[in-house]
Amino acid sequence: MVPPAIEISGVTRRFGSLIAVQRLSLHVEKGEIFALVGPDGAGKTTLMRLVCGALAMNEGTLRVDGLDLALQTAEVQASVGYMPQRFSLYPDLSVMENLRFYGAIFGVSRAEFGRRATTLLADFALTDFGDRLADDLSGGMKQKLALACTLIHSPSTILLDEPTAGVDPVSRREFWRILYRINAGGTTIFVSTPYMDEAERAKRVGFIARGTLLSCGTPAELKSHLTGEVVEITSRERGDVRRNLRDEPLVRSIEIFGDVLHALVPSADAAIPAMRSRLAAANVSDAVFRTIPPSLEDAFVARLQT
Amino acid sequence: MNGSAAPTIRADALTKRFGDFVAVSDVSFEIRAGEIWGFLGPNGAGKSTTIRMLCGVLSPTSGSAEVLGFDVARDPEEVKLRIGYMAQGSSLWNDLSVQEHLRFYAGLFGLAGTKREDAISHWLKRLDLYGQRARLAGTLSGGYRKRLALACTLLHEPQMVFLDEPTSGVDPLSRREFWDIIVALAEAGTTVLVTTHYLDEAEHCNDLALIYDGKIVASGTPESLKRDARNGITAEILSPDTVRVLDAIETQPFVASAGLYGSALHVCIRERDGLDRLSQFLQEHAIPVDSIAQVTPSLEDVFASLVGKR
Repeated sequence: MVPPAIEISGVTRRFGSLIAVQRLSLHVEKGEIFALVGPDGAGKTTLMRLVCGALAMNEGTLRVDGLDLALQTAEVQASVGYMPQRFSLYPDLSVMENLRFYGAIFGVSRAEFGRRATTLLADFALTDFGDRLADDLSGGMKQKLALACTLIHSPSTILLDEPTAGVDPVSRREFWRILYRINAGGTTIFVSTPYMDEAERAKRVGFIARGTLLSCGTPAELKSHLTGEVVEITSRERGDVRRNLRDEPLVRSIEIFGDVLHALVPSADAAIPAMRSRLAAANVSDAVFRTIPPSLEDAFVARLQT
Repeated sequence: MNGSAAPTIRADALTKRFGDFVAVSDVSFEIRAGEIWGFLGPNGAGKSTTIRMLCGVLSPTSGSAEVLGFDVARDPEEVKLRIGYMAQGSSLWNDLSVQEHLRFYAGLFGLAGTKREDAISHWLKRLDLYGQRARLAGTLSGGYRKRLALACTLLHEPQMVFLDEPTSGVDPLSRREFWDIIVALAEAGTTVLVTTHYLDEAEHCNDLALIYDGKIVASGTPESLKRDARNGITAEILSPDTVRVLDAIETQPFVASAGLYGSALHVCIRERDGLDRLSQFLQEHAIPVDSIAQVTPSLEDVFASLVGKR
């Protein structure tokens, strides 16, 4: 049987009195896209740094492709690519020079480098920019170059820590398309993201908070774990609707989702009439109610609020 | 809120060149008091440069701007005293604690004594930073760094606030808290200019402007921008292989833009019979899809159709 790409077993990491990751276990299957989501300070970055060996753990074991990170560190690091939140591109080096630098760090041979660099530049639509200084690239292009540097030594697994934070929507779509293509080529992707629409694209998702794994599964499984129903409310007065329904006992939570509101309720049949009469009493007359299938964001918000 | 008074910001043909490069070109707009004004656009389109000119930290090459009645080129110091500016990059010192940051910023804006301590403790609590107050900024996670930067920006109760990507890297629940604060600020009369790449957040804005290559290419309320986009059709496609569908359709002449949308695909089509042509095309090429349906365009669809064919 093929061992998992990443196997995290009972891993703990402390910083002084702070427990950043606490007896956490999860595995990432070979060839899958696994997304890690969690609130600020949940331990996502620490976990990624533990997996690539940049940070030592206090307890537990970590295996990559069946190899024990503690015993076979060099082999593990050769098969893993890590793109941190603030990836260090050299602003005064060109695109090609940055790639060459990372190739040299990972000991990529000259022949292999040439072949690999050409493919990556072409795949990422960067071929025409080989001589451009990294500093002169747009934000989206910098992210693509950082990803290319992460892939230069042909790792079998890549760890991406919030690669699209601060990237505009169009560049973000393009970046994900590249991720799909890399994944189709067999590379396992372990990615953390603050965007729930991106997590929807992963094969499996892990919710983490306070250093522990709250739940883990396919987006469909995580949504099915949600107990209760989601009612979408459309109204011009979103703020008023939320203020008036927040204290309604039949409403577990109510949040603004773009131009609509989502109310999480134990039962839509019971809650909708109650919400309607509350809004009528508050003179909000334009609200339209509709029961909808929960999004991953609904599931995440509900999980964090319980 | 004093809606009848002069606008809080008036930008008139604002332009900034760096050598040959025109970062901001002939940009004009007005922002009313108490408004939340959203500034959208791709990375490198000119958002931050415009903001820096309005904050008085970068002088315009040509054109002019007034902020709270002061000309940004003539009286930049008067402007700086009255505004709060949360820059996109980190303006925190890694080796200062959370509390030390707040004391430092309070000092910069002349807050002292109990007023200073009250303001600091208010924002520590409001942004859930109280438990972190002794931690060095360098050890905070990305989301907590943003909270601290926001607290530093709002401490002196500025009348006008510039927030450049305040929520980038902030988790979904905390993003809502940030927006609760922004909405409350505006309700209390503070004017807010905010940039974001989360287009669900842009729905909170009273007015939006979209900048591309240094020029404003669209502006209006979120509703009006979506209404204008409805001249065409937005289709949502579910497929076991979205990338294959995308590869096949994006070069078709009847497709204005196409891209990933969550786990689905959104396609903007200009012609009215676009939906039929799309279905027919996919059938002819034997590309498997689970469903095709017309949907209301989101702001992300509007953004994508204005900014790029992708």
